[in-house]
Amino acid sequence: MKHTSPLLKQLCLGLLASASLWSASVWAQAQSFTLGNGMTLIVKPDRRAPTVAHMVWVRVGAMDEVDGTSGVAHVLEHMLFKGTPTVPAGEFSRRIAALGGRENAFTSRDATAYHQQVPADQLEAVMRLEADRFANNQWPDDEFVRELAVVKEERRQRTEDSPRALFFEQYAATVWTAHPYQRPIVGWMSDLQAMTAEDVRAFYRQWYMPANAAVVVAGDVDVAQVRQWAERYFGAIPARPVPARKPRDEPVQQGPKRIDYRAAADQAVVVLGYKVPHVVDPARIDSASTDALALTLLASVLDGYDGARLGRALVQGQGGPRLADSVSASHDLSGRGPQLFYLSAVPAKGVNPEVVVTALQAQVKRVAQQGITQAELQRVKTQWTAFETYKLDSVFNQAQELGDQWTVGWGLEGQAQLMAALRTITPAQVQSVAQRYFGDEQMTVGVLWPDAAKRAAATQRPAQAQPLLRH
Amino acid sequence: MFPILQHRRLGAPALWALSVGLLLSSASHAAIDIEHWTEPSGARIYLVSSPSIPMVDVQIDVDGGSRRDPARQAGLASATAQLVSSGVAAWQGQPARDENALEEAWLDTGAQFSADATSDRFTFKWRSLTDPAWLPQAVALAAQQIAAPTFSAAVWQRDRERQIAAWQEAENRPDTHAARAFDRAVYGTHPYGQEETPQTWRAISVSDMRAHYRRSVQACRASITVVGAVDKAGAQAIVGPMLSAMGQATCTPLPAVPEVAALRAADVQQVPFNSAQAQVLMGQPGITRRDPDFFPLFLGNYTLGGGGFVSRLTTEVREKRGLSYSVYSYFSPALHAGAFQIGLSTRPDQAEQALGVARQVLKDFVEQGPTEAELQAAKDFLIKGFALRIDSNRKLLDNVANIAWNGLPLNYLDTWTQQVQAVTTADIRRAFQRVIQPDRMVTVVVGGR
Repeated sequence: MKHTSPLLKQLCLGLLASASLWSASVWAQAQSFTLGNGMTLIVKPDRRAPTVAHMVWVRVGAMDEVDGTSGVAHVLEHMLFKGTPTVPAGEFSRRIAALGGRENAFTSRDATAYHQQVPADQLEAVMRLEADRFANNQWPDDEFVRELAVVKEERRQRTEDSPRALFFEQYAATVWTAHPYQRPIVGWMSDLQAMTAEDVRAFYRQWYMPANAAVVVAGDVDVAQVRQWAERYFGAIPARPVPARKPRDEPVQQGPKRIDYRAAADQAVVVLGYKVPHVVDPARIDSASTDALALTLLASVLDGYDGARLGRALVQGQGGPRLADSVSASHDLSGRGPQLFYLSAVPAKGVNPEVVVTALQAQVKRVAQQGITQAELQRVKTQWTAFETYKLDSVFNQAQELGDQWTVGWGLEGQAQLMAALRTITPAQVQSVAQRYFGDEQMTVGVLWPDAAKRAAATQRPAQAQPLLRH
Repeated sequence: MFPILQHRRLGAPALWALSVGLLLSSASHAAIDIEHWTEPSGARIYLVSSPSIPMVDVQIDVDGGSRRDPARQAGLASATAQLVSSGVAAWQGQPARDENALEEAWLDTGAQFSADATSDRFTFKWRSLTDPAWLPQAVALAAQQIAAPTFSAAVWQRDRERQIAAWQEAENRPDTHAARAFDRAVYGTHPYGQEETPQTWRAISVSDMRAHYRRSVQACRASITVVGAVDKAGAQAIVGPMLSAMGQATCTPLPAVPEVAALRAADVQQVPFNSAQAQVLMGQPGITRRDPDFFPLFLGNYTLGGGGFVSRLTTEVREKRGLSYSVYSYFSPALHAGAFQIGLSTRPDQAEQALGVARQVLKDFVEQGPTEAELQAAKDFLIKGFALRIDSNRKLLDNVANIAWNGLPLNYLDTWTQQVQAVTTADIRRAFQRVIQPDRMVTVVVGGR
């Protein structure tokens, strides 16, 4: 199975600065401004094609929810499409389509984002529409009732009919005791059942203010012109203070945690999560940040490509029996909350999941004891070099990266510093984090166990195939 | 593997299904300059020079997709593509490499290479930096990869085990059963409906793969698309070694594949399943890519169920009634008549209601077609948004490869908006009434109550 390199995914944040080195006429550096009301504007010119990506990011996601109303950030995201006093429900989407544009929105643990891709000459109209719904979202209760039904269908589709999604949901709830990463983004079903229109309106009032949001524009634009439009449409929204955020810090874990989950499945799944540092501010690379960078390299060395260490050992069975059908290692370099280093695998048929847990740990141990080679590290760095160029092909992805880094509070100038720091990581530093972060003190083990009785009840397969008549 | 969950408001892939691979674009802003020539080997080359980024993409398509799989070896084309990366023999000064050495060699060039089989095509995709420090080795490796794949039996045995385990796991999901029942009913015995199973995989050996590969991957069968920071000479320097790697055989014509038979009657199937949602699929054999009504059907489908939030199906099933998160319709035009499909999923007790709404929407649309206002909205979206279809090298590659594969005119992208503009509501009504028979649909409901 093909994996996107976790390293490449994480490095999406770090690589924009080099573009202008070889084609200053087409690209320019991203620039950041603060509007009069505290809203952030980030503009990245890229004149290859007459199109533009426009996004509004709000620094509020599932992690800002409280018990009883999980899922409200995501429900609100749906309701932003349900109108303002001047733009009726559904009209936003019709107008974007009429401009030739594409649009959508998403909610993550850390942020909510609304995005459009339009011909460059339609940008002003999009900014006017988006500023209106950011400031004036308003809808009757019956719109909410219908859209909440849609969100419940979304939960059924994405989560409830997927044993693995249900397992991961409960795994996260096991890892985190106090931190809000314990709750699923889409929300628990009983919270959705009990959600009220007023819950959603209150969340909107609480978090959708200019100082908690950023407009990101990438594409064929003039920076001064975009700035002028941003001031006119977004800058006119009254300023309000962003409420204080409760820390809800995770208490320090004092020993291993574990969840065994029995599911209507044929294949088992094992997940090991270790609480590890992430990069809080790339402008100040301290020892924890250096460890985070080394952990990212470790993930790449373990599973950055087919046939990396984990795949070779567990999936190919090099030097032993074949233990797994797929494997993964990943580490999140950034985030608003604490981050994990994950090792996971789907055990091969007939292999006890406990054996796979041990085998995953053994691969980290191997790095801890023997280190990695300079060639492995060089291979990773070659991937970055190529990726720095390939990523420029998508204007939308560039806007996405700029929004991601704004969400976690990184400055534009931090990117180059992050890359510079990553390039200095040595094999010895990778070996060192493998030695220090993978004891069982900070570990949570999750095992999805196939359960034949549940499988039989869930699938209710007909005793024999239905006759397939063509009348 | 561990999810960083992002809940989009809309299931974008399904709703935009029609536009993937079909929706080609033409310049309202500037003509797309495609250089086209035929190499002495017979390979047809299509080049778009796109100088801004120092990178180049190559796509090679040959007639070796799964429609040519023998029924008892369904999955042969896919397995062949998969095993291309299982190792290479020594070739023109390049050493033999097993699967891991091969992967590492690719990583060390900074280039990307993949092989894939769809129902019609066997496809190589290759992407490299154009920097001379990297490009020559990436070209040499591509040539070796194409010339000398070993098709390792050990790798196939391992990957087949993994595939079978994943197949078994998928049996627990209602969408697996819905898709299977739908394909069987729509395609009958046509190869488009052939089902890969553990049994057909066990019937495939690596020598079958080698034979399929040798038969399909020949320069005289290839259409090759190049997009990137190269001119014609540069493109020839890249493509030349890849073509030599395919050998210079004279292609004998491949046997004809039959067409998909039309449905004779409605076919309704209810499959019991105890899931959180019922899966509802409805459809028929649709059209080939050569169909003269391609544009009317394409525009009409935008209004019916291809246009995201603004389509009739989304409005009626989701926005007005809250019955489903994702509801869509699409055509899948190909060498043969790919399926027309409407799909949705909903709470089991709502399946009949949602199906009833979708049926009514389809029936009304086929009888009456779109309104003038709906057609204008579709044209606004498609024509004004044309530039969004070609604003990256990747999108240009998809579009030009589509021209190459389907033998469309070189100015296809330049006339695309005119073709869209010319469609009338009467064209759409006539085309839908010719192609779609609402009283003769396949309907599959898995897990309804």
